[in-house]
Amino acid sequence: MKTEELLINMGPVHPSTHGVLRFKLTMDGEIIKKCEIVMGYLHRGTEKLGEMKTYLQFVPYTDRLDYISAFPNNYAYVKAVEELAGIEVPLRAEYIRVLTLELNRVVNHLVMLGSLLLDLGGSTMIMWGFRERENALQLFEMLCGARMTFNYIRPGGVREDLPEGFMPKLNEFIKDMEYRIDDYEQLISGNEIFMMRMKNIGVLSAKDAISYGMTGPSLRGHGVNYDIRKVEPYSVYPDLDFRACVRNECDSFARYMVRIDEMRESLHILRQVVDAMPEGKPTSQAKYGIAPMTGAPTAVSTYFPRIFTPPPGEVYSRIEAPKGELGFYVVSDGTIKPYRIKIRSPSFCNLTAIPKMVEGLMIPDLIAAFGTIDVVLGDVDR
Amino acid sequence: MWTGDIMFANAYELIVYILNFIGIYEPINNIFKMLGIEYVLRIIIVFVEIAILLVFALLTIMFLTWMERKVVAMVQARYGPMVTGPRGLLQPVMDGIKLIGKEDIIPAKADRWIFTLAPFLIFIPALLIFIPIPFGESLIISDLNVGLLYIIAISAVSPIAILLAGWASNNKYSLMGAIRAVAQDISYTIPLALSAIAIVLFTGSLSTVEIVSAQSETWFGFIPKWFIFLQPLGFLLFLIASIAEMGRIPFDFQESEQELVAGFFTEYSGMKFAMFFLAEYAHLFSVSAIVVTLFLGGWSFPFLTVLPAALVPIVSLGIFLIKTYAVIFFAMWLRDTVPRVRIDQLMNLGWKIMIPLALLNLLATGFLLTVGVF
Repeated sequence: MKTEELLINMGPVHPSTHGVLRFKLTMDGEIIKKCEIVMGYLHRGTEKLGEMKTYLQFVPYTDRLDYISAFPNNYAYVKAVEELAGIEVPLRAEYIRVLTLELNRVVNHLVMLGSLLLDLGGSTMIMWGFRERENALQLFEMLCGARMTFNYIRPGGVREDLPEGFMPKLNEFIKDMEYRIDDYEQLISGNEIFMMRMKNIGVLSAKDAISYGMTGPSLRGHGVNYDIRKVEPYSVYPDLDFRACVRNECDSFARYMVRIDEMRESLHILRQVVDAMPEGKPTSQAKYGIAPMTGAPTAVSTYFPRIFTPPPGEVYSRIEAPKGELGFYVVSDGTIKPYRIKIRSPSFCNLTAIPKMVEGLMIPDLIAAFGTIDVVLGDVDR
Repeated sequence: MWTGDIMFANAYELIVYILNFIGIYEPINNIFKMLGIEYVLRIIIVFVEIAILLVFALLTIMFLTWMERKVVAMVQARYGPMVTGPRGLLQPVMDGIKLIGKEDIIPAKADRWIFTLAPFLIFIPALLIFIPIPFGESLIISDLNVGLLYIIAISAVSPIAILLAGWASNNKYSLMGAIRAVAQDISYTIPLALSAIAIVLFTGSLSTVEIVSAQSETWFGFIPKWFIFLQPLGFLLFLIASIAEMGRIPFDFQESEQELVAGFFTEYSGMKFAMFFLAEYAHLFSVSAIVVTLFLGGWSFPFLTVLPAALVPIVSLGIFLIKTYAVIFFAMWLRDTVPRVRIDQLMNLGWKIMIPLALLNLLATGFLLTVGVF
């Protein structure tokens, strides 16, 4: 019998592509023969915008990369700038930063779980996840007045100190989350249908996963113990007791379980941060990087003589964002604007592993595997 | 002891009895007799029955859409509809008004006639299934002696309508959804029918009334002789198969929106869409009613006979509705709790697990009956 291969365009507007992403699928009946990813529908030129803005003006743009978890984006960029200018950050600021980062990790995984289950046809998890996310967002709102795009972490510290009444609410949230995670596990993890859909689906060997540049929880589901918080410790993570969550099954279920473990681990970190929160100023009081008025005054330096200007140089700084390794490569030429900003986003690199993962599977498996990679298109296209 | 005697064979006789009781049946009948058109009265009474059933069905469907939203909301820690009417009870009415007001679009490349015919073809069988369902003592439109066969046969019409809808839409998602739905319907009708046949082995009759009266006795005076206790495996298979037949999560391939937009009714809008929607809920109710009739004793309940005879139809209707809504609640609850299986897993489950199990169940039942255990 003569059969024909069918070309299916999944996306750019499709309920399960989490944004504007397009899969070009060559199908043999229900089986995916070839999967090609077409991205760039959400390209906003963030990297180029970085060259047009001063170092401080660029911070809000980082919020828009991975809009589910904006604190890590803020922090990754700010960390690069701080390394560039050699800024010393007060200990309290670092603790507040770790607090926001881990809180944001929990929020990110909640959204990931919700959308994963929604893609599989279970509508309850997203409501449950968003119920707890709402509590976390209220904490964020207390911190900086914003719920998703924070612009909170700045070079030299954080914008404001913790507000009054924040810590009790945070403790409440941590306590609440602990048994909520058990709830989620009861709803999802042991579910026979869920396991049927996830186990041995979207399998990728650890070697392949590394060669595709996968990082973060998606990689740790492949038995690779690689967590930048451990490998290249930053901030106050060396002082904190936590472990990198690793699962060895290399399938969608393992990638899902890593998220659940990580949420528990994040809560564990949060408890330590709450206990160890030092007193002090939330912002560095020293004056950094104010370029001396040398040579002929330019138009800019005349009008804005006190703009933050790091010394010439380049730096690549990376952190463990909830989705993986988020790196900022910032080049300074000694002017008030960066010469170049390159963003190494985790979603982009993780996404490239999808075609290898889903070859020979069906569209529902593609959706399940894609859900466990946890991609935000703002982060992919930048 | 309950004797299994039923006062009236069906609702027609009940209506005649009530009219007689009030004392107006004879005068009316005489008028028609004088005109020589006695059959017109019979037709009118049948029409009254159908009107009552239709109103009941539509009210039930409206209530079910509301209930579904409320149950989902309860599971998901939300309120659900709250604004229209008390606790949002009028939400289905508002939905209806909205859908009537919508533009009725027929795609340019669609097959106009089949496209229009399909919603009716799916809605009418959904209502026809109500005919042999005993809602209570005497509350049955017609006690067909092939009632069970009729139910299975009528519900086998809906795949045809789904295929027509999918084909006529001239849309690949519709067609894919329709093909999936039909494949699913056909593969799950078999375990459905097989586990129903096991019941027939007990009763020796396909009549739904007989099936209910066979379950109205008790063991030791208080454990009802429902078939769920005699046929636990059959009940499980029947329940799973009927949820698959209804096309609800975890088996909702016909409209798995993450893959197929909206399945076979992607192109439908306005009242035509509403017909599919209504048919789905009519189907939900009728299938749950059949589950209750076959396995949960229908309207019967221990100690029902101690009531005065005039009250029995009303009370039995209440019992029947409570049981049916329990089954419906289970289906809704399931929908909110589990994700969807994959299409090939669904087929595997149907053909490789459920059909052999149903056959085995049938065999074991037949063997035990022949040996005389039951």
